[in-house]
Amino acid sequence: MQDLLRRYGTGLTLIMCLLVAFWLLMLVIVPNITLFEQSFRPYLPVSEVGGPRDTYSLGNYAKVFEGHITTSLLGFEFEFPVRVRTFLLTIWYSMVVAGLCLMLAYPLAYYMAKIVNPRSLPTLILLLFIPLWVSEVLRAFAWWIILAFKGPLNALLLAVGLIDDPIRWTNMGYTGVMIGLIYTYVLFMLFPIYNAIQSLDTNQIEAAEDLGAPWWKIHWRIVIPHAKPGIASGSVMVFMLSAGSLLVPSILGSTTSQWFTQTINETFNDALDWNTASAYAFLLLILCTLFVTVAMVLFRVKLSDIAK
Amino acid sequence: MHRFRQSLAHVYMVLFLIFMLAPLLVMAGAAFNDSKLPSIVPWRGWTTMWFSEMVADERMMWAFVNTLWVALTVAVIAVVIGTASAILINSISGRIRTVLYGLMISTILIPGIVIGISTMILWTKMGNAMGTEFFLFNPGLHLSVLGQVSYIAAMVMLLVLARLQSFDAGLEEAALDLGASHAQVMRRILLPHLYPAIGAGAAVAFFQSIENFNVTQFTRGGADTLTVYVFSKVRAGITPTINALAVIMIGITICAAILYEVRRRRMERRMAQVEED
Repeated sequence: MQDLLRRYGTGLTLIMCLLVAFWLLMLVIVPNITLFEQSFRPYLPVSEVGGPRDTYSLGNYAKVFEGHITTSLLGFEFEFPVRVRTFLLTIWYSMVVAGLCLMLAYPLAYYMAKIVNPRSLPTLILLLFIPLWVSEVLRAFAWWIILAFKGPLNALLLAVGLIDDPIRWTNMGYTGVMIGLIYTYVLFMLFPIYNAIQSLDTNQIEAAEDLGAPWWKIHWRIVIPHAKPGIASGSVMVFMLSAGSLLVPSILGSTTSQWFTQTINETFNDALDWNTASAYAFLLLILCTLFVTVAMVLFRVKLSDIAK
Repeated sequence: MHRFRQSLAHVYMVLFLIFMLAPLLVMAGAAFNDSKLPSIVPWRGWTTMWFSEMVADERMMWAFVNTLWVALTVAVIAVVIGTASAILINSISGRIRTVLYGLMISTILIPGIVIGISTMILWTKMGNAMGTEFFLFNPGLHLSVLGQVSYIAAMVMLLVLARLQSFDAGLEEAALDLGASHAQVMRRILLPHLYPAIGAGAAVAFFQSIENFNVTQFTRGGADTLTVYVFSKVRAGITPTINALAVIMIGITICAAILYEVRRRRMERRMAQVEED
């Protein structure tokens, strides 16, 4: 601080501090506190806001447990709160998406870091970046076209003879959503892992080969441990983006694939019940915080490594 | 065996590229199909009708103008705040630095929906509390700007902070000793060093803002940005005008990519020549 004052004088230092304070207080901390406070208030007509009925309660959070639906798990059928089910399924499928992205991205990341001719690497990266620059909504829309009942994927599979009847891709539970999420976010897994593997000394791999290690053991004992920070940050990124995505589930979802963000969107923008929506949004925030914390402890990485 | 695994890896790379690029081709192809539904099968013949319909779509043009305004504003504010934060973070230490830095970084990880809802609630509540109709406190794209800045500023901060690592603070000392004012030190010495990072930060902020959907969806009031408009179109009966828009966006992307690639190759060749000499 002293240093700052000496270099840039009182005026400039004050301006910089004010800018940072505006950002962190007005755009981050205070909004989230307001969200938290609002989530405990009941949904009232405008005239009654601030009146005697406007008291704090856990009512909005209790709404998560309202509305039951019959589900079956492992052959057992039972009643289950529909929003809790949505919440849990969102977490589960986001984890599955992160896992599948890892499986898809890891071989390519290794290929890019260790096998490909370094001269053609920049071109490869550039080609991979093209879908990333085309906006997310269009990427989801592209899959909407492909997966349509009379769309090109069914036409192709029919022509090849793999299937006899067209498949309703976007009406098979979470299938469409998962395909869309993987396509949209797999690159957020690829580049962190690539960066991590790139710093691995190729001599280590060759030494292991010379000593007779089979290829899977080289990956298991040398490459994957070295790539762990990249895997951690990629997984956290993909999970957070998937769980927080509203575009992809809305465009590629079926009637049976409710995503928790869709529940929040409907409460906020259709039912106009901002207070309950705040409660749901707060739950989502808690979930993400928990997930990041667990990943940080589990993989022993720092917050700054993940955010990169 | 080794050779076999290598060729397997090449095949995988090609398959992955097809997976990433084929959807874009399908989407672009559908823009030229003379069919009311956006698809490439069955093919009903070439047409450029969807492009003229797109230009005639006034709401889309408005959404486009809105998007540009929002992105520009976000870029300016995020660059100013992000640069100030990076300079501040760079010159403090200890626990307060850890806390501030963690707080800044964590904004990147907050789900967009949470940012959107919390921004909306805070500003409209402040408006209600003050009983004012001033536009700042009503829903609208200006709230989208504030919401987007809250996490995009952190991205700019990271870029500028990385650049600050290579800054020689001795230059500032020298300037001060030679009688430069504080403003001069900032404007003539520190900022010029940071310009590359500030430029990159502005570009990142601009494109992040164009991409943004979650924050905008919850704060926009009645206004459209391009992403929101495309989204509403996709949900409520689509015409291939969206595909025409996609063709243009893919076209711009590919042009930028080719320009970048050509420039890179030229640089590479020049470097090789210098090495030979």
